[in-house]
This record gives sequence, C-alpha cells and structure tokens, in this order.
Amino acid sequence: MISLNINGQQHELDVPDSMPLLWVLRDVVGMKGTKFGCGIAQCGACTVHLDGVATRSCVTPVVAAKGEITTIEAMADDAVGQKVQQAWLDLGVAQCGYCQGGQIMNATALLKKTPEPDTQEIVDAMAGNLCRCGTYNRILAAIELAADKGASS
Amino acid sequence: MSRSDDTLLLANVSRRGLLKGLAGGSALLLAARWDLGLANEQAQFGAGAMPGGWVDNPNVFIHIDSGGMVTIVNNRAEMGQGIRTSLAMVAADELGANWEQVQAKQADGDQEKFGNQNTDGSRSMRHWYDPMRRAAAAARLMLEQAAANQWKVPVHEVRTGIHKVTHPASGRELGFGDLADAARELEVPGRDALVLKADSELRFIGKESGLINGELKSAYPKAIDGEDIVTGKAIFGADVDLEGTLYAVVARPPVYGAKVKSVDDSDALKVPGVRKTVRIEGADQPAAFNPLGGVAVVATNTWAAMEGRRALKIEWDMAPAGGNADYNSDTYRKSLEKAAQSPGKVIRQSGDVETALKNADKRVSATYYMPHMAQAPMEPPVAVVRIKDGKAEAWAPVQNPRATREGIAGFLEMDMENVTLHQTLLGGGFGRKSKPDFVIEAARVAKEFEGQPIKLQWSREDDIQHAYFHTVSVDHLEAGLDAEGKATSWRHRTLSPSIASLFAPDPKHKGEFELGMGFNTMPFSIPAIRLENPPAPAHVRIGWFRSVYNLPHAWAIQSFAHEMAVAAGKDHRDYVLDLLGPGREVDNLTVGDGWNYGEDPDLHPIDVARMRRVIERATEEAGWGRETKKGRGMGLAFHHSFVSYTAVVFDVEVDDDGKLIVHRADIAFDCGPQVNPERIRAQMEGSCVMGIGIALQSEVSFEDGVAQQDNFDRYLIPRMPDAPKVVRVHLIDNPDDAMGGVGEPGLPPVAPALCNAIYAATGKRIRRLPVGDQLQVS
Repeated sequence: MISLNINGQQHELDVPDSMPLLWVLRDVVGMKGTKFGCGIAQCGACTVHLDGVATRSCVTPVVAAKGEITTIEAMADDAVGQKVQQAWLDLGVAQCGYCQGGQIMNATALLKKTPEPDTQEIVDAMAGNLCRCGTYNRILAAIELAADKGASS
Repeated sequence: MSRSDDTLLLANVSRRGLLKGLAGGSALLLAARWDLGLANEQAQFGAGAMPGGWVDNPNVFIHIDSGGMVTIVNNRAEMGQGIRTSLAMVAADELGANWEQVQAKQADGDQEKFGNQNTDGSRSMRHWYDPMRRAAAAARLMLEQAAANQWKVPVHEVRTGIHKVTHPASGRELGFGDLADAARELEVPGRDALVLKADSELRFIGKESGLINGELKSAYPKAIDGEDIVTGKAIFGADVDLEGTLYAVVARPPVYGAKVKSVDDSDALKVPGVRKTVRIEGADQPAAFNPLGGVAVVATNTWAAMEGRRALKIEWDMAPAGGNADYNSDTYRKSLEKAAQSPGKVIRQSGDVETALKNADKRVSATYYMPHMAQAPMEPPVAVVRIKDGKAEAWAPVQNPRATREGIAGFLEMDMENVTLHQTLLGGGFGRKSKPDFVIEAARVAKEFEGQPIKLQWSREDDIQHAYFHTVSVDHLEAGLDAEGKATSWRHRTLSPSIASLFAPDPKHKGEFELGMGFNTMPFSIPAIRLENPPAPAHVRIGWFRSVYNLPHAWAIQSFAHEMAVAAGKDHRDYVLDLLGPGREVDNLTVGDGWNYGEDPDLHPIDVARMRRVIERATEEAGWGRETKKGRGMGLAFHHSFVSYTAVVFDVEVDDDGKLIVHRADIAFDCGPQVNPERIRAQMEGSCVMGIGIALQSEVSFEDGVAQQDNFDRYLIPRMPDAPKVVRVHLIDNPDDAMGGVGEPGLPPVAPALCNAIYAATGKRIRRLPVGDQLQVS
C-alpha cells in the first residue's frame, strides 16, 4: 500500500511503486484535472505541486510522491491559484483548454516563489509548458496581471 | 421551401449586390437571406449543401426551464475555437437572454436532428449564424405569444426585454422561466413571421470584449467553458469516467499498410493489471478512417496497458505495406524536386508562358519545400466505447460525429442507428480528430468486452508516428520580369500527395479542393500564367491539417512574390499591390476553381480589393518601410482562404550567432461580419504561434516508412520563448460582405511572412522548411 496526501486528503492505494503519479491520479483516484500530454516531461500538461514545487506527474513514480500533492482541483481554494485562475478568465487565455490546468499549476508555483517576476523570468519558467493552440501571449499577460493584483498577498 | 421566380430573377441580377444594399435593415436582410439561403435540398452552396444541411427549429436548439435557465444546444465540435460560446452568444442575443442564465449543452452525433456537424473547413459560424438567429427569433416569438395568450392581448403589443416579456400598455411582465412551459406547447412560427433584431438592439454579436491588443476591455460575455477549464473540471475525451472501465493501448504497425505476422503476448499478460490482448485487423490500403491494425493490450489502468504493450513481442509482415516500407522522405523530396523540372498536368493557363519567359529581361526561379507535419493536438486521440446488446455507445473528442458513427458501424458491421456518439470537448483538433480511427479502434476492442466500457488512449508516440500527416510538397516557380521589373509571366508547378489517396487508389494528382486552396485561386494579375500539377504518389496516410493545402501554396507563392520584388529592386508591399492589380472581384470559375470552399462564388468571389486592404492595413500598423538596424527586418505575406483574407507582417531580428528574435507580428484580417471579435483575435494569435512552428521547427521525416520523430523532444512545436514578443491583430470592419471562416485562414501566410522577414534581416533566403539550424553561423 502506498499512502498519498492529495489536496490535504490522505489516500491509501494499492498500486505498483513505479506507476507514475499521473496515472494514479487519473485512473486510480479518479481525479481528471491533471492531463496526459506526452509522458516524458516535455509538455507540462500533467503539472502538479509536490510540496509546492511544480512537478511533472507523468514521470514521477508514485513511490517518490512523498509529501503534499496539490492538483488543479485545489487551486480554487488557494489564494494565489484563485488570482491566477481569475486572470486566466479575465484575459480569455484558454482556447481548447486541455493544457491550461498544467499552465495554471506552473504559473501558480512561479508566483508563489517569485511574486513579481519580470517578463524573462515568466518566459523561462513557462518554457516547459506546451500549448498547441498558441495562447502564450495571453498566458504571459495573465501571469503579469495576476502578479499586478498581488497574487502573492 | 419553394424558390419563387422573383428570387431567381434577383439572384441572376446579383445576390451580393442585393445583400449589400440591404445591410443595416435586419428584417429585410433576413428576408433576403431567407430566400437566398434556400432549402437544404435545393442548395448548391453553403450550409444547405452540406450533408444534413442546416436546421433552425427552436425546439432543437433552445430549451428554457421553468427557473429561466436557457440551454443552447451546440451541434459543432468545440476544439478551442470557442464555438460553444459564440453560437450561444448568437442565440442568447437574438432571444434576449441574460448571459448569466445561459448554458451550453453538447449535441450527440445526430445529423438528422441537428444538421451538419462535421466541424472542419472553418465553417461553424458562417453556416450556423443564420439558422441560430432564426431559431432564437422563433423562440422569442413563441415566448411573446405565450405571454400575449396569458394576458389576452394581441402579440404585437408585447415586447421582449432582457430575459422577460413585457406588455408596455399595462406594465405587466413575465420572466422567460414563467413562460417557458406555455411557449413550448405552441406551434413553431413560420420563417416568414420572424423579425430579427436590428443591429442597434444587439448586446453580444459583434461587440468587442476581452483583451484587445494588450488592453483589457471587458470580460463579458464570459466564455461558456472558461471556469470549468481553469478549475480542471472540463470533460475532454479521456475524462469520461464510467463504472467498470478498462483501459487499452494499441501496438500499431510501424509502416502504413504492414500487418501483424505473429504476436507473443505471454510477457504482456504477466504485467500486473493486464487482462487481455486483442488483435485488431488492419484495413487494407487505402485505410480511410479504419484502424491501422495491431495488437491492443487491455488492463485495469492506462499505465498497466502501456507496460503490457512494452512487453509484447510482435513480428510484422511488411509485404502488404508495399513500397511504403521503402519510403524515405529525404529521397522523396529530391524526386519531387526533379519531377518539378518537367511539365505536369495543366491546371490553369492564360497567355503564352514559355515565350514570355524566353523574352523576359530577367528570370526568377525558385523551389520550395514543406515537410510532413503531425497535427499533435495537446490531447492525444482517445475514446471510450461500450458495446452492449448489439448497440455501441461512444464518448469521444471528434470533429466529425457522423463519420465516427458510420466508421464504427462499418467496421463492426452494425447498423448506424445502433451507434450512439456523445461528443466531449476536444483538447485541440487541427484536423487530426476529423478522422475517427481511434474511436473505431476502441469500438473494436469493446466488442470483446460485452457491457464494459473501454477507454482507448493513444500515447504521444502513437499520435506523432501514426498521424494522418500533413502532405509533403515541392513547389517550383518561375517568373519573367520586364526591364522595369514588372511581371510578364508566372509558371508554378505544385507537387504533393493528395488526401484522396486515403480513400481511393492514389490519384497522384491534387484534387479540385486541394488545388482550390490557394493554387489555382492565385489572384495576381500577370499576362501569362501557367499552373501545373505533376504527379506525386503517397506513402503514408495523408490527411487534413489546419489550413491544409493552403499551407504549401501560400508558403511558395508568398515567398516567390518576395523574391520577384527583390529581383525587381522594388519594395515588397508596392510590388505585390502592383501584382494584384486594381481592386476587383474574380469569379472562381474563371480561374478553374469550381469548389470555392463550398460557397456561392456570387457571394464569395476572390475579392482583390479586400486582399489589398488587409495588406495595406497590416503594413501600416507595422510601420512598414521604416529604417531598421543591421540584422533586423520586416516581412510580409498574405493569403485568401476559407473565404477570408489575411495579411501578416513580422518584425524580426537575427543576432550575430544566428539566433532569431520575433519582435512583433501585425495581422490584418477580414472575415466579413464578425460575431465574436474576441475569439477571432484569439484564433489569429494562435495561428501566428502555430505558423511560427511550421516555419521554424515542425517536421516529421521518414526512413524505411517509419516516422523518425515520436514525441515533443524531437517533433518540435512552439514554446513560450518562440512566440512573438508582441502580437497585434487588426480586424477589418466589414459588415457588408458575406461571412468567412476564422479558424484556419490566419495560418497560411505566417510561415512565408516570417521567412521573408528573415531575408530582410539577413539576406538569407529560406526555401526549405523548417528553418531549423539554417540560420546558425557555422
């Protein structure tokens, strides 16, 4: 049995140690907000927070997911996450929306660590998150908007 | 509906002139469009000519509950273009609904009930704007009638306000919810009874909201799916969660057409969680939408299925693949380049090109290459299917629900009436999900598990290696210029495999709809023109990729026009405006295009004035012609596609190390009337980024018939650092022309505009895509 702390809730799960956290979340726990995009940490659609650090769940063996796991489902209850989500809505960032959960998770982790990032810091931090619809300019603007609105406070 | 003699007469005069003359008087406009829209069975063009045509019955699309919640049924695939929001805006505006009390419900795949649902060709709004307004106008009239009946007053005395009906004379009012039950019982009014709202009464349609060129206007009306998306609640294909689901992945033949010779699944079955393997019969070539075949591994979760697949030992029979197993894309490119030196099937001809070329003062010649690409939507193909008691039920992110039902029924030899298709959100489509092979695979596996849902997931490797690839192309152009640099002749040979090869024995030549995507519709005014299409055989599954054959055609033509301007020593913008000639309407038929994106050439001619306008606007906004420092330059390209007009100007810099910086993009776009300008801007911004990837990064190459890229580490698509620092979208205010497409026309001019800018900055001419490391200083 593996014990996971997901969004503040404890889960005891009978899964192989090597199973990536992504598939545990999606297929075993049944939380579908975290997405599968590439399976090799190239696209960021599967981003969760592990003890506050943006982590690619598709290459994180569940046995290594010791600590507090936070997913997109919990962002509405997070002060910074909420501001990021609102900025996303205000600027109409999403097109198809499939990658945006991962984008928001990555952006929220960035703003928690760096409340007032400059443009280059945002671009560098977000470079690992792909969006095939090409919403990057709005993602950048939304992160700046969330930062302006004091996402850190 | 019958078509009166008067209508025919008017149509013969000029439908377009009639529409133009009536713009602004909405009631009349409706009447005019009504006659001209024609009943489905009579339509030659537009929505009515599509399979299933249009439907405007309010009872199909608009439901109001007694609490006043208005549900708009969306019959098109939502893949990021925002159609669920935009069509709901159309209906809500005409109805008079309060946006806070509007929700969208996705229609199941049912063409007989919902009309055409095939979401491709940038058609959703231009085909469904009128029917949705009519449906909503009819619903409003029914609400008004219900109120009039209750108040026992003539219906012309009542008015619709926001989410309510009022009787001004007596001051009475009733909410939509109060009237819904009674209204539903009424007969649907005839179309001749409908009066559309005047433009001045509209609250949503055509109104600018959102982020406009860096400035936030208002976030209203908010996107239908916005909150679900940012909170992780939106349901895409893989998010469908049914009790007792089993998970499947498939090992497919590495080469198109190969089949399983033998399989040893003993190790796979030992993987914890793996339940079973299933052989999937591969369809013979051409495969159309049928599965490629292979071996499915079914398990209790996706990971176990993937681990099981890794443990399969499969021997492939390459014989059925034929020549596909020898396909090498580099060798193929060279063979097309060679073939481009000889004449091909003549597609369009005016004047004597060969003589004009011989007599030219200067000749310009160039050959351009665009490689195969994979659509690679962020959501890889995925589907859930359950088969029970001879009936199949599918949940899937598909662009074409009808083809999905037909495909399942055909492959499993069932009656299509026994196949249900529930449409989920699409995590991107870009043409990949027009092809339902992945749903048919899921159905095939589900057949082995009576009553149990099968979720069949493609990995990214599956998606890139087994895409329906964008075609591969060589375009060879030659032009003659006179002493002043003016073009006297233009010869264009285009070579690329046809999508028709997916459905029928390979024709080796492009079909009408492929040539009509910017090849024979080339609008330049040159005395001698000869367009040829030498043969090009297909070796992989070729399929639609956003903008389709417009991509190579625009890439070649727009690059070459710039090369001509350089050879003539003229400013690029001035030169192409001269090439285009004066504003005029070109009948598609006169250039050999009988397709015209399925639209009436009378309503949608090739309008050179509109082409000129987007060029002028984009260049003006970009500050075209200003002095730039060394290593910096501007590039222009423009294109007409999906009956809309786009021009793009890039401002780029290439540093001493060959590193490209895209400072700014200015995009001018004319799609005629704009329904949801905020989403139009979003489509242009997204097209710009995707087009940068086409120019700089994206390529699937083949060796021995096997795709050499399989994930985002080697199949490169743009990331945030690749996006322009600034993107500005300039929408042309043009409510008078007929509505054009939005999702695709922004893409074709991006790659040539960027490469023209690279030339302006560096003097380096790009003729082979992607740019890759061609700018690197050796």
